Amino acid sequence: MSYLELLRLASPEAIVVVTALVVLAIGLSSRWGETLSSRQICSFVAVLGLALAIGAVVFLPRNANLFGGMLVVSPLNSLFKIICLGLAFCTVSLTPAEKSLHHPGEYLAMLLFGTIGLMLLVGSEELLMIFIGLELLGLSLYVLTAFDKADVRSAEAGLKYFLFGSTASAFTLFGISLIYGLSGTTGLAAIAQKLGAAPVQPLLAVGIVMTLVGFAFKIAAAPFHPWAPDTYQGAPALSAAFIASGSKVASFVVLGKIVLIGFAPLQGSAGWHAMVAGWSPVLGALAVLSILVGNLVALAQTNIRRLLAYSAVAHAGYTLLGLVAGGREGFSATLFYTSIYAITLLGAFGVVALVRRKTGGDDLENFAGLREGSPLLAGCMSVFILSLAGLPPLAGFFGKFYLFSAALRSGGNQGLLWLVAIALFGSFISLYYYLMVLKVMFVDKRPEPVPRYSSTLAGHLIVEFAITVLAVAVLLLGIVPSALVGRILASLP
Amino acid sequence: MIAWTIYITFAGAIVALLLPRVCARWIALLTSVAGLTLSLVALFRTPIADFARFTTIIRVPWVPALGMNYHLALDGISLTLVLVTGIVGVSAVLFSWDVDLRPNEFFFWLLLVVGGSYGVFLSADLFLLFVFYELVIVPKYFLIAIWGSTNKEYGAMKLTLYSFFGGMLVFLGIIAAYASAGSLDLNELAQFQFTPQLQSWAFPVLFLGFAVLAGIWPLHTWAPTGHVAAPTAGSMLLAAIVMKLGSYAGLRVAMNLFPQGFHMWRSVIAVLAVIGIVYAAAVALRQRDLKFVIGYSSVSHMGFVLLGLATANALGVSGAVLQMFSHGVIGALLFAVAGRMIYRRTHTRELDQLSNLQLSEALPFAAFTFVVASAASMGIPGFSGFAAEITILIGAWKSYPLAVWITGAGMVLVAAFTLRALKQSFFGESAAEKEVKKVETVTALSRREFEPITWAEKWGAGLLMSATLALGIYPKLLLDRIMPAVEAMRFFK
Repeated sequence: MSYLELLRLASPEAIVVVTALVVLAIGLSSRWGETLSSRQICSFVAVLGLALAIGAVVFLPRNANLFGGMLVVSPLNSLFKIICLGLAFCTVSLTPAEKSLHHPGEYLAMLLFGTIGLMLLVGSEELLMIFIGLELLGLSLYVLTAFDKADVRSAEAGLKYFLFGSTASAFTLFGISLIYGLSGTTGLAAIAQKLGAAPVQPLLAVGIVMTLVGFAFKIAAAPFHPWAPDTYQGAPALSAAFIASGSKVASFVVLGKIVLIGFAPLQGSAGWHAMVAGWSPVLGALAVLSILVGNLVALAQTNIRRLLAYSAVAHAGYTLLGLVAGGREGFSATLFYTSIYAITLLGAFGVVALVRRKTGGDDLENFAGLREGSPLLAGCMSVFILSLAGLPPLAGFFGKFYLFSAALRSGGNQGLLWLVAIALFGSFISLYYYLMVLKVMFVDKRPEPVPRYSSTLAGHLIVEFAITVLAVAVLLLGIVPSALVGRILASLP
Repeated sequence: MIAWTIYITFAGAIVALLLPRVCARWIALLTSVAGLTLSLVALFRTPIADFARFTTIIRVPWVPALGMNYHLALDGISLTLVLVTGIVGVSAVLFSWDVDLRPNEFFFWLLLVVGGSYGVFLSADLFLLFVFYELVIVPKYFLIAIWGSTNKEYGAMKLTLYSFFGGMLVFLGIIAAYASAGSLDLNELAQFQFTPQLQSWAFPVLFLGFAVLAGIWPLHTWAPTGHVAAPTAGSMLLAAIVMKLGSYAGLRVAMNLFPQGFHMWRSVIAVLAVIGIVYAAAVALRQRDLKFVIGYSSVSHMGFVLLGLATANALGVSGAVLQMFSHGVIGALLFAVAGRMIYRRTHTRELDQLSNLQLSEALPFAAFTFVVASAASMGIPGFSGFAAEITILIGAWKSYPLAVWITGAGMVLVAAFTLRALKQSFFGESAAEKEVKKVETVTALSRREFEPITWAEKWGAGLLMSATLALGIYPKLLLDRIMPAVEAMRFFK
């Protein structure tokens, strides 16, 4: 185990670190201050670094394990490192849409530090390293959320996110310490061995629940969601997009690994007639609560970002179904769904950012007449919204089918039927508020003349291009889902 | 070959969206005529023996990991419905020749409904069928909410939510079948022995989900409001095709997969169907709006379809399939007269006001068309409605004699409301019979010049009239192809 070996296996992370430092240096040293060019150079360097990192991930060996699981290279981890880097890549290419971005160097550097957090989370199978990844991600996201210093909402969102987040981290750390105390190890596979042999103790149950609390916060599952609406609404649109996409994907990957690998012997069962204590009923309860709370509260929203936040809560609930079901099938359904959800939400936030820049707000009424202003943006937005609603031929439809059928297949004798029925009911409710967004864009008339979304800036073109690519991806993953499902299934043992 | 109906229609939809607005309607006409031609070729060129079983047209793996195939197949039942889709598609385009508000989008959505319906009727894979089935939901919303009249946003939302609610029930039923049989292929599933316990709950869930779209009482209320709110082509498609999606899928999926469940529940279906026939006819008798009369008549006629399905004998079920064709053509014709020929010219559909206009003199062709449509709708021999309903009633006589008696009374009501609508709309009291005081105002109104009937309307109406007449005179043309396919179904064994 030489340092050279470590450097080779951690090369993607190293590349992102170097990029972040370079971007920071450019931002600090640039005499141009807040001019456009500084922003462009910083974005360009960041995008380049992320592309290089993706290349480095591709050239990693297939399987490797360093320091008892601290850094694990496996097909699954590499796939999700690529997905996380790709999401960060798209987020950076959306930066020209952001209304005011003072100190672009610092902003992008924080984004890249957050990306390293994502990669550590995805690439580790050891509790301490996971916690470090969580904290690195969390701290970057707090800063990103509060970045718009001129906006009081941004500051409020940052503070709320920080307070909730730090409490949740404390819970997780406490839970991890209990589990370490009981099993004497922090590697996930070793924990599973130890726990399988020992009888279930109340202390262990406390440890598991506490660990889950931290992740429930990260994925915005009810009742740990109250930060989400304010953060999604108050933060700069790109920060919100990153929180909703990259952070969520990584959290689901690592949550899945912890429960399915580390706590495998303690799954229990959430079946209707055969409820057995374990983490699966706990996640089942979180899922039900998230689906109901998210969808019902979203009905009353008039701000599109708050609406997306509550819909994110509901989607966290759907996604948890796969983990409740457990097994290879369930995990793969969860991973597929969270990936396409991230792509969808990133695109939706891109559109929101552009609309906000043009009309000065992101309430539903700001979207009125978007069809006349920019048919392309309206079309892309409807692709994202309809995918969230789960309508074919978009990725969200296949994702839901995969998740729900995986849930129904597991647990013997259709024990999870009740969960699936609740999820279907929730997605029936959700169609109403998604349709309201479409109605505003396509049916409602705007009283004053519609602002044209003409592409005067070069940056504007890049953003529109990125959004279109995301929309096409959502469409293609709906028509040819096996492109991603096959990869995920192949990478799962 | 017939698979090309789907591809051509979707391609036409996209082309119509992208080309300049003047081309849109021609593209739509070309596309729909091509679809009709292909289905006619299939009707006459395919050997009759091939229609007896669900013959595969194309089968390629789609998502191999989950056992999904892109699998299309054809038998006599699907051929009948493909034909009615083709006929109504062409005439719906002809009857919307005068749409000049956002025509590109209008024909885009219209062709999506048509293409999705072709897809449902030809699918031999449960997932594929569901994809097409759900694909039709959103276009309907836009067609009504943008181009509709009378309370259009309410009608559109109600219809969409009802359809989606039904869709969610279907979703549950489909994944239940998938989870226990492990396959999605309709032909394979039709061989699988589902446990009676599963069938007893999965059949009603699945059938009810489909029947929402078929307008089963008491979940029919979306139909009249939706039909009234929709633009002419929209109500034609709704009545003629969309309602058939529900009844077709109920037969093809629910009844064929869960025969035991079907036999457990068929009496309930028969009761609901008979209530629907009589209740809707009675309500239609009291309506003042011509489109509401026709909307309720659709519910009543669809009651016949459901009654035919519930008989569970070859005659009744074949009659139901024939009735799907017949009502498709007749319903489209009635809505075309009410929506395009009358409403676009008089700007009223109130029967009281229409009766003052003496439309039979002003618009003789419209009057002729409406007389033919009413006669067919009442079930006068020589039109398709008679052939279909008599077959259903003979079938029902074997299973539910009491239902035939009640339905007979219902048919009197159907005749009553049809004649009332016919008399009031076209053959109002002539001026001479009225008081002298009123004569002047009435003649002033009736002298108002209406735009003459256009060639597009004549062709569209001619197509539909010849279809109902052809089938009324020679029902064997389709019955010979339907009967063997129905007899091959599983619930007879």
